[in-house]
Amino acid sequence: MLAPRILILRAPGTNCDHETAHAFERAGGIARRVHVRAFAATPALADDCQILCIPGGFSYGDDIASGRIFALELKTRLADALARFRDRGGLVLGICNGFQVLVQTGLLLADPVTAAPLAALAHNASGRFVSRWVTLRAEPANCVFLQGLGEFELPVAHGEGRFVARSAAEFAALDAAGRLVLRYAADAGGSTNPNGATGDVAGACDPTGRIFGLMPHPERFIEATQHPAWSGRLDPAAAGAGLAIFVNAVRAVA
Amino acid sequence: MLWEVDVFPRDPADDHVARALVAAAVELGFADCTSARTATGWLVEGELSRADVERLARDVFADPVTETFTAAAVGAAELCTAAAGLPTVIHVLPRAGVTDPAGESARDGCSLVGPRPVAVRSVRKYWLPALAEAAARRLAWSLLASEAIHDVILGPLAIDTLAGGRRWDYVRETTDLERLDDEGLARLSRDRCLALSIAELHAVRDHFRGLGRPPAEIELETIAQTWSEHCCHKTLTSAVDHVGPAGVAHYDNLLKETVFAATQRVRAALGPADWCVSVFRDNSGVVRFDGDHDVCVKVETHNHPSAIEPYGGAATGLGGVIRDVLGTGLGAKPVASLDVFCVAPPDTPRDSLPPGVIHPRRLLAGVVAGVRDYGNRMGIPTIAGAVAFHPGYLGNPLVFCGTVGIMPRGGSDAAVQPGDLVVVAGGRTGRDGIHGATFSSIELTSASESQSGGAVQIGHAIHEKTLTDFVLEASRQRLFHAITDCGAGGLSSAVGEMGATLGATVDLDRVPLKYEGLSATEVWISEAQERMVLAVAPADWEALARVAAAEGVEATAIGTFTGSGRIELRWQGAEAGVLDCHFLHEGRPRQRLASTYVRPTAEAARWATSGMSVGTALERVLALPDVASKAWIVRQYDHEVQGTSVVKPLLGPGAGPADGTMIRGVLGRPRGIVLGVGLRHRLGPLDPYEMAAGAIVEAIANVVAAGADPGRIALLDNFCWGEVRRPESLGTLVEACRACHDLAVALAAPFVSGKDSLNNVFAWTDAAGTARELSIPPTLLATALGQIADVARAVTPDLKAVGHRIAIVGATRQELAGSQAEAVGLVAGGEVPRVDAAAFRAACAAVAAAQQAGLVRACHDVSDGGLAAAVAEMAIAGGTGARLDLGAVPGATAASSADQSDFVTAFAETPGRFVCAVDADDATAFEARMAGVPWAWIGAVLAAPVLELVAVDGGVEQIPLARLARAWRTPAGGDA
Repeated sequence: MLAPRILILRAPGTNCDHETAHAFERAGGIARRVHVRAFAATPALADDCQILCIPGGFSYGDDIASGRIFALELKTRLADALARFRDRGGLVLGICNGFQVLVQTGLLLADPVTAAPLAALAHNASGRFVSRWVTLRAEPANCVFLQGLGEFELPVAHGEGRFVARSAAEFAALDAAGRLVLRYAADAGGSTNPNGATGDVAGACDPTGRIFGLMPHPERFIEATQHPAWSGRLDPAAAGAGLAIFVNAVRAVA
Repeated sequence: MLWEVDVFPRDPADDHVARALVAAAVELGFADCTSARTATGWLVEGELSRADVERLARDVFADPVTETFTAAAVGAAELCTAAAGLPTVIHVLPRAGVTDPAGESARDGCSLVGPRPVAVRSVRKYWLPALAEAAARRLAWSLLASEAIHDVILGPLAIDTLAGGRRWDYVRETTDLERLDDEGLARLSRDRCLALSIAELHAVRDHFRGLGRPPAEIELETIAQTWSEHCCHKTLTSAVDHVGPAGVAHYDNLLKETVFAATQRVRAALGPADWCVSVFRDNSGVVRFDGDHDVCVKVETHNHPSAIEPYGGAATGLGGVIRDVLGTGLGAKPVASLDVFCVAPPDTPRDSLPPGVIHPRRLLAGVVAGVRDYGNRMGIPTIAGAVAFHPGYLGNPLVFCGTVGIMPRGGSDAAVQPGDLVVVAGGRTGRDGIHGATFSSIELTSASESQSGGAVQIGHAIHEKTLTDFVLEASRQRLFHAITDCGAGGLSSAVGEMGATLGATVDLDRVPLKYEGLSATEVWISEAQERMVLAVAPADWEALARVAAAEGVEATAIGTFTGSGRIELRWQGAEAGVLDCHFLHEGRPRQRLASTYVRPTAEAARWATSGMSVGTALERVLALPDVASKAWIVRQYDHEVQGTSVVKPLLGPGAGPADGTMIRGVLGRPRGIVLGVGLRHRLGPLDPYEMAAGAIVEAIANVVAAGADPGRIALLDNFCWGEVRRPESLGTLVEACRACHDLAVALAAPFVSGKDSLNNVFAWTDAAGTARELSIPPTLLATALGQIADVARAVTPDLKAVGHRIAIVGATRQELAGSQAEAVGLVAGGEVPRVDAAAFRAACAAVAAAQQAGLVRACHDVSDGGLAAAVAEMAIAGGTGARLDLGAVPGATAASSADQSDFVTAFAETPGRFVCAVDADDATAFEARMAGVPWAWIGAVLAAPVLELVAVDGGVEQIPLARLARAWRTPAGGDA
């Protein structure tokens, strides 16, 4: 069986592409970093890939809003290529900036009628960038990426990660449909929700469970030594909790 | 047509900018300013209909879920109404010519939607309750805008176009130096911001006399840039006759015979095992890492620009040092950054600020935001740093930015070949930062803000990120022979350095500009950011241009490295200036300086502990700004991007402070890089030798505590001094250089790179009309770059398990001068903490041996706040209690009373000590590793959440850990 191929799509300002590729390779895939210019010029680059990942970073500087221009570029230049990729069963993962991009493209949480986004990732309630570890609870439903995961820790690093739905009713509908598959949970010191997200939402998936985005960074916890309290407590050779997300993806398409 | 789109949070409760503004305005005394609204505005110019603009607003500017917008022609009344009761409208926009990254990326976004190309400029808008115009202006300039980079407009905007700049027509301007006497030469230097001395101007005059012509303006400027203190360290490389406590010393070149000489001695002693690769030569120092990589490191200062515009100054400081790493050898990949700030105490009264000085709280918030926004966007983890507070930094805050890079082995050999093209890549050139190099070499005054506005640069991190992606790919394909960054002095320095022997021809009119109107001289010396210069073989040019295009980077061939030995500058084919390389780089007259230093006599310690317990004193010490948690800063920096993080700045279950921080050098490989910094600024005025020695010891202790190999530590020096023109002030600098030499040799830790920033003096006239001056304390920042063979062996300071025994390694002496105990008012005077280099080397070796054997479960170096603060931090980080038996600590000389002896033991800041936690089962094995060094068991990890202090007389004091943690979490200098 050939190892699954992953297309890591980067734009100017993407900065988590190398470690995300590394995480997919740890999970048994073959990852290739592709600039969005090259992808726009040759959409066939995705043809031999089974997974497409938009990694973290500050695409185009995130100066207007996080992920805005990258999303605009995907909508205006690559909408067909992405729809084809999705329709033939490809998996799509968006991490942090990638999650922000997926939400704004309407690929992840769109109004079924107008295709407009049903949610946004707004400025953190604190008004500032935050870099810390959070405790998460997976409620995987049909989400391919989270199968087998329960409560685990990952780091976040973002200024715009507060999940808000367009309306309370639409939030309730997404919730009831099992789309809000990843939540910030409490640790010994109380809630770890770092940004004021509605319903503690940290990640969400599309109706098929094959397109998934999350604010935390699973690629930053694929080995124990990346944890802030590993020394003297964890086996340094052990895997980190985030690796399972990449392994799940690779196994699902292998 | 010029349109404006204002974007608002849909729910006013989400307007966090307004919330922060109201809080700050009330604090500033605007008691009526109880509500506000804000918007992000965009000025959009182009052939657009209202429908076009509304489409852009919907697709590009406003989020459909969380935001609303108003779009109208600039000046329309509807753009000034936001909410009832808020009639005051304030616009803050970047001044013409100032980089506007948000506007540029908005323009790119608009181009995706169409229909026609547009120009975009960003603007921030604020609506406030009714305010008199003067009050509104005061509020705007205090809280919303920086004079160096912004315009503030009250009420409706009256702008009709974003276009600016007119074409510059070439004129050759010359200066006849023959007609100027010395006074005239001095005036010329001052008026043109040349920062050249009379002796130097004489040398220039004589050179051009020999050529039989006066210098062109561009030639004079090139010489001033090249000869600036910033670019060639003329004070530190001077000949110096020094009289100090250790006797008389004569140096032909101070830096060469102290810092460089120490490195040479260490390398010679290492012989074939020498692990230095390229030191004091390239843009950063390079040492061996693993079998196929080298590691490089550089730390820069960006003090003057940060004093005037903290956000832009700090951001471009970081941007500059990142390019230093990128411009080392054939390009290195930046893998980690550090930042260190020295500012005045956060409680400095506002009414005591000299004119033109920014309050330290605002300044610190600004520099932190600058590093955050630049470093995070670059995707380089900011893993280490420090903040130090001292009243001397009021007018001259210090901003240090450092970056570590990884390159393939052999990648440090770069050499320009004759015939190579001069290629400039990255951002376009504007009027940014004209005279930065010479500006940073002169004293700041209260008028600096208005005089030197052109010297302030604004960074554009995404340009630097794409430039980095381009350089690393071009390097991988070996498409250039040499590379350097455009930093201080701009193209004049970059091309001048690369062509120092070969010479070059440069067509200045080919340099891509941000806007029309720059003169040839401005193009040549502009310090516009995010540019690199590459030497490219003509055969590789096409391939290089392809890589640039793929990454969206502009690269332009602007000339040739010729081999003529001359820098020849042209404008549209006409000669604009010619400079002889030999004169430019060797023609500067050397100076011989006199220097003296007399160590002040130590005063006996005077105690003021009146009934206070050691525990209460410890609580106060932990809350001091130098000691207290920097979490509010650390949490704003992404310190885990790139996935290499191993030891974080805040760690353990209780998120306590780290010593050295650690990353993997290469993903998937075990070898690690450890970073530590040392700063003993409070000792500067007391004993500059011990200040420098203490800083070096602290930096090294930090990395050794984390598990770094003591035999593989590279050092960097950053000297920041006040006035150095008088012999007795120069003497303090010489003493620090001597300390660098002595410590590097004694500890076999070579210096590999460094930088200096001198004349950090702030001059102003006070309200009474008296001329005043404020100088920084002599400050050496030492940075240690350590290595560890396997990151799995890293050791962290957090206490791990109940029952572990606690040991101290190294003797404690009655040294409290300049300590945190002094800062908190417990004691005044006393002995200056003194470095015993041989004892420290032995302590490092013993600790490293115990770590290697796996015997050390936690390790922390003892620095600010002494032993008590160190053990408290270990307990806070581990979330578990500890007992500290003060009577068991070796070496503390008996003080006049048992009570004071407890204080001495708890708070003395004798450098070079470690606290280790050891499993009881390993105690004997640990003891065996400690043979020959002063050490003792001094406590244990407790189950109860308390710090239990056992006094010399056996008395016991228990302080709840939660209380200590609360004190330590007092946000240091911040707004939390």
